[in-house]
Amino acid sequence: MVIEETRRKRLDRGIKVRTESLYALSTWREMAYMILPRLTLILGLFILPLVLSMYWQRVLCSAGIYALLALGFDFLAEYVGLVCLGGALFIGSGGYISGILNAYLDWPPMLTIPIATLGGSVISTLILLPCLRLRGIYFAIVSFMLPLLAVYIIIALNVFGGTEGISALDTFPNIWVEQYIILGAVIFSLFAIRRLVNKDIGLIFRGIMDNDQAVKASGINITSYKTKAVFIASIIGCFGGAYLSHLYSWLGISLFAMDFSIVPIAASVMGGMGTLVGPVVGAFILTPMSEALRGFGQLRVVLYCLILIGFIVYKPEGLMNYLQRKYHQFEYWERV
Amino acid sequence: MGDEGLLQVRDISKSFGGVKAVKDVSLSLIKGEILGIIGPNGSGKTTLVNLITGFVKPDAGEVLFKDRKITGLQAHKIANLGITRTFQIMRPYHSLSAFKNLIVPLNSPRVRRTTGGRLGDRDAVAMDILEEIGFERDAYVPYKTASSLPLGYLKRLELARCIAMRPEIIICDEIFSGLSMAEIATMVPVLEKLEMEGITIMMIEHRLRELFRLVNRVIVMNFGEVLAEGIPREVMERQDVREAYLGTEVDSVRD
Repeated sequence: MVIEETRRKRLDRGIKVRTESLYALSTWREMAYMILPRLTLILGLFILPLVLSMYWQRVLCSAGIYALLALGFDFLAEYVGLVCLGGALFIGSGGYISGILNAYLDWPPMLTIPIATLGGSVISTLILLPCLRLRGIYFAIVSFMLPLLAVYIIIALNVFGGTEGISALDTFPNIWVEQYIILGAVIFSLFAIRRLVNKDIGLIFRGIMDNDQAVKASGINITSYKTKAVFIASIIGCFGGAYLSHLYSWLGISLFAMDFSIVPIAASVMGGMGTLVGPVVGAFILTPMSEALRGFGQLRVVLYCLILIGFIVYKPEGLMNYLQRKYHQFEYWERV
Repeated sequence: MGDEGLLQVRDISKSFGGVKAVKDVSLSLIKGEILGIIGPNGSGKTTLVNLITGFVKPDAGEVLFKDRKITGLQAHKIANLGITRTFQIMRPYHSLSAFKNLIVPLNSPRVRRTTGGRLGDRDAVAMDILEEIGFERDAYVPYKTASSLPLGYLKRLELARCIAMRPEIIICDEIFSGLSMAEIATMVPVLEKLEMEGITIMMIEHRLRELFRLVNRVIVMNFGEVLAEGIPREVMERQDVREAYLGTEVDSVRD
């Protein structure tokens, strides 16, 4: 018997090659090829609040916060080479600053959120600054420990409400503002970061990831660029934190909870590392899923983990890497 | 500053653990020359480059550039003064296309300063540099990602990254190793052109035949020390140099 051996080949679609350079767009079909996936995401996110019930609308808001963190995580990990588990640090510093300004000085959220976003990211960047010399897993470990440090400082000194936290902060005027602020922020940061990674500064970031010694030899101060990258990621994260304290009308040490550091990784793994949009999509799937599994009580975590492990085993590239490949390439079996 | 000694190395030493990688090495690089540095494996040539360019801090001694002490400066600051280097083990930015690799040096403070911020289209500048160094534009080589480029192009990319810095000194760390004769033949005119433009070049090389076509002066290193210095042909005639390279027995057998 003759065994025919075949192998799978993948080829880029012609339309993908043509649309890679913006100037080549000539037909409606090519424009649609470019625009449709982006439009689906934007419209999809903006329509969601209209069709969801009150409960799920709140879930959507917290999913948005995780999406911001996941985006920052993916940017730092895949485009700068810093595996940063400091999500809790960003949420905590942003949340505490806006909450404190609101509770003690009675400033409105319109003012506290921008201030907390900037102030929080300056503080978290300064805290992470000494660790920037570390590479790979060492940076990850230290950035993971820092939020715990903040928790113990707050407990030990019993400041800012201590373990109780501060409640009855100002909330947003209504649920629509609440949702569209975070969804707008997610969309805006996603497209901003996508642009940034292809600009000159983004290329330098990617150079640092690929080979920091060579970047040094090109006369570029890698520490200052790493600082800039961390600052960008912490702006995104601290906005999430500032928003969160007003969303729940409360601040406390659980703003430094480990969830904020870990869920973004899970979302990135599920959504597809390095795609930027993947982690966002992953966060919008994982957070509602975790809510939906609430009915299973303690088994919830087990199911959650099973789904994640399933993804790592069967689709290690992640959702968006898979979908993008299907969209951009066609496959066929070739006889060897 | 006279014509002599654009770069001066004075009694520089470095040990790693118990190994003295570089021992009291002194040398000077004259403006406009191509200086060759040769020596057997492990003789401290690459460490010397790392010491000059600030990637490794010396235990003793100093490096002067235009009579100004540059030892102790950070590597990126030394690069911005105009002393650039290639890496023996190539360090391309794998995920970027070849011409995007040059965007990094084109964004350095040095280039911004020397062009007064009017460099124009960086992509075009990068493309020109690559084309000059032998990346065939018609074959779309500059657009390929660095991870897919063969060795010959990666070596050239290392040099291109130095050229993009608009340097005064280029230190080439074994830029010919692993290349075919044909590939070297395309590199030699590039280096000659750089010399004509007044760029001082220091070449560390194992491919002696090709090196001697380019250099006017050569320094031989052995066990971290300078063994000999002079015109290539004369230096290679010396008994101690031949011994360092070939060993004593081989030499005596041939005689």
